[in-house]
Amino acid sequence: MRAKRTFGVVSLAVAALLAACGDGSSDAEGASAPAEEADAPERIVSVSPSLTETLYAVGAGDQVVAVDEYSTWPEDAPVTDLSGYEPNVEAIASYDPDLVVASDLPPEVVDGLEALDIEVYQGPAAATLEEVFAQIEEVGEVTGHAEEAADLVDEMRAEIDEILQEVPEREVRPTYYHELDDTLYTVTSQTFIGELYALAGLENVADAADPNGEFGGYPQLSREFLLEADPDFIFLADAQCCGQDAETLAARPGFADLAAVREGRVVELDEDVASRWGPRVVDLLRTIVDATASYAP
Amino acid sequence: MTALTTAGEPGPLRTARLRAGWLGVGIAALVVAAGAGLLIGPVTIAPDDVVRLLLGLDTDLTTNQLNIVREIRLPRVVLGLLVGATLSAAGAGYQGVFRNPLADPYLLGAAAGAGLGVTLVIVRAAEGSGTPAAAPVAAFAGAMLAVALTYALGAAGSGRTSTASLILAGVAVTSFLTAAQTYVQQRNLDTVRQVYVWILGRLSTAGWSEVRLLLPYAVVCFAVLLSQRRTLDVLAVGDDEASTLGLHPQRSRLLIVVAASLGTAAAVSVSGLIAFVGIIVPHTVRLLAGVSHRVVVPLSMLFGGAFLVLADLLARTIASPAELPIGVVTAFFGAPFFVVVLRTSRRGVLS
Repeated sequence: MRAKRTFGVVSLAVAALLAACGDGSSDAEGASAPAEEADAPERIVSVSPSLTETLYAVGAGDQVVAVDEYSTWPEDAPVTDLSGYEPNVEAIASYDPDLVVASDLPPEVVDGLEALDIEVYQGPAAATLEEVFAQIEEVGEVTGHAEEAADLVDEMRAEIDEILQEVPEREVRPTYYHELDDTLYTVTSQTFIGELYALAGLENVADAADPNGEFGGYPQLSREFLLEADPDFIFLADAQCCGQDAETLAARPGFADLAAVREGRVVELDEDVASRWGPRVVDLLRTIVDATASYAP
Repeated sequence: MTALTTAGEPGPLRTARLRAGWLGVGIAALVVAAGAGLLIGPVTIAPDDVVRLLLGLDTDLTTNQLNIVREIRLPRVVLGLLVGATLSAAGAGYQGVFRNPLADPYLLGAAAGAGLGVTLVIVRAAEGSGTPAAAPVAAFAGAMLAVALTYALGAAGSGRTSTASLILAGVAVTSFLTAAQTYVQQRNLDTVRQVYVWILGRLSTAGWSEVRLLLPYAVVCFAVLLSQRRTLDVLAVGDDEASTLGLHPQRSRLLIVVAASLGTAAAVSVSGLIAFVGIIVPHTVRLLAGVSHRVVVPLSMLFGGAFLVLADLLARTIASPAELPIGVVTAFFGAPFFVVVLRTSRRGVLS
């Protein structure tokens, strides 16, 4: 009988909790005994858009039989109406998977799947770039693509180094604001998104809004604070969801006088790329560096 | 039944006019709250500069600081005053009409209707049709449709609309529309945060355009409720008594409900759902200043406006420069108060 394992990730409490709900095999055990090719799962269900991207990037795409409704990339992923937010054991099991990858399944769903002899891999939202890499390698291990995953991570590190060559030496770091919606929900540097901006040599005006991580790195910024901070760059991660662009930004009270709006430094992002902790974080970094490298405050 | 008179005595018909002292306190509260709202914020701006700016004098402020005072703080304070006054006056009106101390502006389904309207607009916008700019309109339409539905259902099956059947119809409509809203939201979980942000109240993005949207409805709501304050006192005693005094209870009730619902729908459409204001402000006024609607309606407007501006001040300064949803602040202070109201008015509720 196949050993039931729950692969937790790094130090996040969710993962620790879920690992504790398993049958006691530790993360280290799982990592030191990578699945043999012969034991590799043949029917994978993903209910996490980020992990779907990772699955395909490490070469496990052929093993994937179903992905959730929001797994929009790559385009040929077999999208179903499965939900990662409201996971249903029966609906997932109906695809007869031998591995389910997810971001934050509730413990009772994990228990339900494991009771059906289905392995579960949990990769919760990464807080740092290193966690993104660790998760890619773990996905490689549980799917029988450890080597490809390691190669992918090496490639990503090399690409990131190359992109960062373009970041100029600066006396003063340009400031930025990364918008999640038009009520000014944003990210701080304590998220993997914020870490990319920091690598690109930018300073986040929102860091003061969540210094201790009480909002999980995703605070709602005060409008007047943003006007006073007057960031050099505004990145919109709500262009597709909420129809925001430089024009709608300028129409908000007081925003037309912001330097970034006046001088055309508003950058629209692909909000899928700008929210998923997977192989495409490199693309996000490239967009950020391309938009900012030639600017000196 | 004397549910409204928290002391349990048939007070409404005895002479109880608004005393000048309380009017003065109410106006003072409004002025203090507005002043604090304008002078205090996440960004430190010298109070004398703010005052000079408001008086039209020269200041040393930067363009962005001028915008902060003129385009962000001022409309936010004005909107807070209007929303607080509207919800409190509407709450007082509903409580009077329905002779129920727990009636709030959302009793007849306005909140659930507005929530469904906004959720539909946000979900459709995510699919590329319509824009969230339509959200206030959808909220307003949803709220008014819900109240109309409640009224139609409450009146069905009997010639006259009793208050009990209206309240029960409101419960049914609220449950149904909430279920519909939850269903639509669960089918479109990628937009759940936008819906959630809206439901928790969004004074944080208030501007003059929201003030212009709300103002006409608020004025109508205030005018009707103030003009009906004596009628409310008579209705509080009972429909039969009101009829013998030459009033038309059904007609008066409809007028007050329509005005209060109009104001509530407009307030909800610009600010989201702000809990407890419509309950705790009228009850505070009753406990402190008297139970006659000649006292309760005008003072609820003044203290309601002041309360919401102060609650909003907390919402934007406690975690500064992060915002807290104002609905959390009002409920945090409202919920404990609610318990006090329940305890002190228990006799009225059970009798």
